[in-house]
Amino acid sequence: MKKIVLSIISFLFFTLFVKAQDDVYPAPQQKGTIYITNATIHVGNGQVIENGIIEIKDGKIAKVGTGISASGNVIDAKGKQVYPGLILPNTDLGLREIAGNAVRGSNDFAELGDWNTNIRSVVAYNTDSRIIGVLRANGILLANVTPLGGLLPGSSTIVQLDAWNWEDAAYKMDIGIHFNMPGLLARSRGRFAGFPGAFPQAGAGADPVKAAMDKIDDVKRFFREARAYFGEPSHKETNLKFEGVKGLFDKKQKFYVHCDQVKQMLIAIDFAKEFGFNVVIVGGSDSWQIADLLKQNNIPVILNREFNLPTLEDDDVDQPFKTPYLLKKAGVLFCLNDDFEETRYRNLPFNAGQAVAYGLSKEEALQAITLDAAKILGIDDRTGSIESGKDANILICNGDILDMRTSVITDAFIQGRKVSLDNKQTQLYDRYMHKYGLDK
Amino acid sequence: MRKMKILLRPGFMLSVLCLATALFAQQTFPVNGVADPRTGCYAFTNATIVKDGLTTLSNATLLIREGRIIAAGNSVVIPADAVVVNCAGKYIYPSLIDIYTDYGMPAPETNSNAARGTFNFFQQQFTSNTKGAYGWNQAIRSQVNASEKFVADPARAKSLREVGFGSVLTLDKDGIARGTGAFVTLADLKENLVIIKQKASANYSFSKGTSTQSYPSSMMGSVALLRQSYLDGQWYKTNPVKEGVNLSLQAWNDNQNLPQIFEASDKWGVIRADRIGDEFGVQYIIKTGGDDYQRINEVAATKAPLILTLNFPQAQNVEDPNDARFVSLRDMKHWELAPTNPGVVEKANIPFCLSSADLRDVKQFWANLRKAIEYGLSEAKAFDALTKMPATWLGVYDKVGSLDQGKYANFLITNGPLFNEKTSIIENWVQGEKYDIKDELWNDVKGQYNLVIAAPSGTKNYVLDVKSASSANVLSGSDTLTGKFSYDGKMVKLSFSATPARKPGGNSGGFPGGGFQGQRAGGFGNSGIRLSGVNNGDVWQGNGEDSAGVAVLWTANLVKASAPEAPDTSSRRRFPLRLGKVDYPFGAYGSETIPKQENILIKNATVWTNEKEGIVKNTDVLVKNGKITQVGKNISDASARVIDGAGKVLTPGIIDEHSHIAAFSINEGASSVTSEVRIADNLNPEDIAIYRELSGGVTAAQILHGSANTIGGQSQLIKLRWGVNDEDLKFKGADPFIKFALGENVKRTASTQGNTRYPDTRMGVEEVQMDAFTRARDYENQLKALPAATRRNLELDALVEIMNKKRFITCHSYVQSEITELMRVADKFGFKVNTFTHILEGYKVADKLKAHGSNASTFSDWWAYKLEVQDAIAYNAAVMQKMGLNVCINSDDAEMARRLNQEAAKTVKYGGVSEEDAFKMVTINPAKALHVDNRVGSIKVGKDADLVLWSDNPLSVYAVALYTIVDGTVYFDRQHDLQLRKEISAERNRLIQKMIAEGRTNPTGMTAARPSLQVILHCEDDVDHQKGMLETNSYDDIVNQNQ
Repeated sequence: MKKIVLSIISFLFFTLFVKAQDDVYPAPQQKGTIYITNATIHVGNGQVIENGIIEIKDGKIAKVGTGISASGNVIDAKGKQVYPGLILPNTDLGLREIAGNAVRGSNDFAELGDWNTNIRSVVAYNTDSRIIGVLRANGILLANVTPLGGLLPGSSTIVQLDAWNWEDAAYKMDIGIHFNMPGLLARSRGRFAGFPGAFPQAGAGADPVKAAMDKIDDVKRFFREARAYFGEPSHKETNLKFEGVKGLFDKKQKFYVHCDQVKQMLIAIDFAKEFGFNVVIVGGSDSWQIADLLKQNNIPVILNREFNLPTLEDDDVDQPFKTPYLLKKAGVLFCLNDDFEETRYRNLPFNAGQAVAYGLSKEEALQAITLDAAKILGIDDRTGSIESGKDANILICNGDILDMRTSVITDAFIQGRKVSLDNKQTQLYDRYMHKYGLDK
Repeated sequence: MRKMKILLRPGFMLSVLCLATALFAQQTFPVNGVADPRTGCYAFTNATIVKDGLTTLSNATLLIREGRIIAAGNSVVIPADAVVVNCAGKYIYPSLIDIYTDYGMPAPETNSNAARGTFNFFQQQFTSNTKGAYGWNQAIRSQVNASEKFVADPARAKSLREVGFGSVLTLDKDGIARGTGAFVTLADLKENLVIIKQKASANYSFSKGTSTQSYPSSMMGSVALLRQSYLDGQWYKTNPVKEGVNLSLQAWNDNQNLPQIFEASDKWGVIRADRIGDEFGVQYIIKTGGDDYQRINEVAATKAPLILTLNFPQAQNVEDPNDARFVSLRDMKHWELAPTNPGVVEKANIPFCLSSADLRDVKQFWANLRKAIEYGLSEAKAFDALTKMPATWLGVYDKVGSLDQGKYANFLITNGPLFNEKTSIIENWVQGEKYDIKDELWNDVKGQYNLVIAAPSGTKNYVLDVKSASSANVLSGSDTLTGKFSYDGKMVKLSFSATPARKPGGNSGGFPGGGFQGQRAGGFGNSGIRLSGVNNGDVWQGNGEDSAGVAVLWTANLVKASAPEAPDTSSRRRFPLRLGKVDYPFGAYGSETIPKQENILIKNATVWTNEKEGIVKNTDVLVKNGKITQVGKNISDASARVIDGAGKVLTPGIIDEHSHIAAFSINEGASSVTSEVRIADNLNPEDIAIYRELSGGVTAAQILHGSANTIGGQSQLIKLRWGVNDEDLKFKGADPFIKFALGENVKRTASTQGNTRYPDTRMGVEEVQMDAFTRARDYENQLKALPAATRRNLELDALVEIMNKKRFITCHSYVQSEITELMRVADKFGFKVNTFTHILEGYKVADKLKAHGSNASTFSDWWAYKLEVQDAIAYNAAVMQKMGLNVCINSDDAEMARRLNQEAAKTVKYGGVSEEDAFKMVTINPAKALHVDNRVGSIKVGKDADLVLWSDNPLSVYAVALYTIVDGTVYFDRQHDLQLRKEISAERNRLIQKMIAEGRTNPTGMTAARPSLQVILHCEDDVDHQKGMLETNSYDDIVNQNQ
């Protein structure tokens, strides 16, 4: 009975919010030409063009530079900063409306079982999530929506954050298979089992590290059998779980290994060697310890959260802040993520800003949330920088986007479409400023 | 810190007299068979007798009878019926006493959740499971008497006797009040006879043990329960009618006259326990966790006598660098320094006893005791700590602890001075009963014997050269014969080949070593002659068979005894110890001396004053004696250390209004009203979060109880003084606060197995508040009318303080309905809600908040992590600020607290607050909300010198704190931090190498590498906040990890 009441309450809440967002419309397909002029253009590849002009045509960036003649539909960005749209490289956005497990009905991120290679996140992606508009307002225009459950939770899809439905949203489908590698730490408790980076659940007296290694071996066996399966021209019985990882062997998909410990990363490298997969480390909080090794093996890293505490009390107090710099120095391809549940990932640009305070240049930091994210996700042919031929995924900002002091975005374009920056939060703000008769 | 009561009962003299006349022993137990009365009279002659730590007699006699000592001295008359034992060359000591054991106690029935001692979110048990007329809380087990549960355990007694113990205090180590301990001997006699003192101690701890009752679920709760029990005990003496018979309180009161022993698990626990004792006029004897050396001054200041463990951490296997990476410097340092603990305690002139408690195997006792001696403990104090001290403390020195007349005949016979490495305990006599430990060592059989073997074929002579009880050579002419020898103190076994062994490969080097031992015998074929016999002093004799199976007879006569060995000095330090230093705090980023206050002059900085002067450029600030003494241009002061502020920004220190760092527990969620618990009772000044937050410019933080219940616990405002002790961490003189909470956490929405703790709705939350304050009002009235008859109630005391505006509320809140609700309850009881914290829907009721007069302390941009925070908006702070509220931005998070300046900056982005006003939200505004704005929060002459020098505009993501100063003391200096990192790295490396070396020499004493878990406590116990690999949310996890 209580559950039913709860569901009704949650239902009412959701209905309310959906209604409140009714006047925020996804923008229609962009046709014709738009110019952004007088801009300081941060290209995303390290280059800055002062007083530049961008020509957008039919959703694509047609020209970038100075001295381009502009007329008609012109947006004057004088005194403003222009950036590529930001990319959130690993997220449960649209799969979980309320963080944690607080409201079960809002959870669509973790399927049952360990072997979910056939699971596809995109079909559950909720384009009407109220989180999306808030991220868009902070410049996040693309996100890699990732399932979480089990050892092999399935494949992720990159979505653009201004869509009517998931088919509209899909920017690049099923880009990779994810692997939550069990932790190899001898912790006495496994309370957090079932989540990425979870510690193995040890039975009484069992060796948790051994249990984890056994599970990792199971995963290897899975791929060995999958490889053999693809070795035969046709199958009497089709195995959907094997079919789900075909792209890894064809190198059409990447293998996203979620782990933080050095030992885990060594195993991830071993996966790349044995199966020839394009391995990407997700998490990588200790990746700085083996940066040179990662570089040698061309293993890119998605750093999950920079706003994090150092792992051990002995660690440098600013360790997570300077990890991006250490990877950069070693030549490792990396990008930054924000998976902090309490703020729901909206602080991605400030993660990059923090890395500037601890060693990166501003343009390098920007690259870590734009072009390098696109490279790691395999979409740099279409986005990640303001270069001709790419999709017009562009932000105009009042000031420095990486610094919360000045990071106010005034315009955002996805595939040339000028998208709304209104969201649930701005609407409530308006509503109560109205109540009190205050001016914004 | 009162003087310990030493209980000398008047019965002492009497019992001695009784003993002398107890000539005809009677007992109730019938004998199945024929009576066998014996007097057990023995005289041990020619011994070196160590009667006690001060008296050693040479060539003396110990006389015992009926299990008691009759005499010990140089002129003892030996009665005719005495069995005389010649102890020439032997030493006699009183048997040792272990003051802290659970010998003979039944194993506790453990409940895994309860044993963890943390708040069990899923199963709430509100009442005690103990049946009978006992008290309300299952962890108060004052009615338990160890003497009633005691069952002698011969196997355990044997293992304790083998290391030299003769008597022990035994107690049921379960619960917070653990009842009484019994003093028993380790003789294998009926329980009736071994119990020397039924009630020798009353025992306590902070751990609720097997109690399945939810309360207490935190360290704070344990302290509160103890304090309330003292009050309840006093009240119970008035025979309160409504209470009826309460056997727990009855026993609690009765036990107060006994020695009071408190088990603490660490140094802070020692200090914490002593404070409880001080409050109620009790001086506990405190059993410590063995880390007292880390805060020896504070531990000494308690004046508590200590019981020290000899359990030292094992070396960890850190050979694999990826395993070593997760072992903290703190754990490695403790591994190195723990053996210094007894010596350090001794040097601090703290009275102490030593115990085998906590040893993984009691067999380690001597190795560890000798290690402690090697690391600084004196032999004399060690001896006292195992004999006279425990006996005196427990009031049984009239019975045990020395070899004085009338005491129990509990003594050790050894073959050398007790603490020498080569000394062995030969016999351990307990209550006049002999227990052999290493009887083979009684006779020193070393020496050369003339071995004569008489066979039918004739007699043969050999020389038998005995090296030890298990090693001997047989020499025939110039040949050394191979074989086997053993002597067990009674019987001799010898076998050897009559012909010399063939030398392998013609090696002229001869048989290696010359001697032969058991393991070598097999390799050389036929064992030849096999002899068996008895040792009768210097003459041995027996029978045997030769290799043909023909019977032989043999004798061996001592020809030449071995020369006595050089004096044994091996217990003394063999090489100078190279040990690390004790740092404050103990572990990474500590230093040998706690940072000191300085006079500081910051020159030419841009100063954000938070005063009417606003932001002023090129300004100097002078700090003296912890205060800001001058703000202006061109200040000079010869006494001051000058810090160049050119191009930098000086601001007041950041104050975090909502923090959960630096405490051993945060939530006492076992009931809905827990105003009796206090964060101050469990501060952890060594939490690395303090240093990390200093690196982010935080100088003060309000440590709040969590939000697990409607009325939580009492808060503690601290200053981030890294290195000081728990008391010095406190922000002195600040108004006391308390935490309240509303909404989902208090109705336990996240519980997946349903909630049984009232309330389950916001409707019920109001009633919990109404009920609590109504009870408090009635209580206050009764206290005024009938002060003597009223039970002091710690829970209601705090609520009375709120109503009298002497304590102030910080209330966790989210949605507008609940915010308004609490304001209306407060209106009814005539007080105001000082601060709403979180208050994510504050923007919806900003006008009401303004009218009520509350402060608002919120997150900058948290949202959508629970249903009740769906309407949270990042513009909240700006709207409330525009409505005229005093708005703070808080962290509630040990990570984000390092960046509160950035969080404040978000109000510029969301809602257009001015930069100056934004920064006030993390400085002067929280100071106002906490009633300390006269002391901190702005840069003004006379205020505390809590300052931060930033590299840049403090609201910028690019700004870092260069110096963080509290009370004129530099606690964080970014340059010095780089130096500390190098030191940490070097010290880690040194210890890793040392552990590896120790592990290689003593592989069995080594354990697998144990990741050092990092405890991060949160507002809500129920949320899995875990982020880092080593993060955990309970200090109990560390205890479990280390088991």
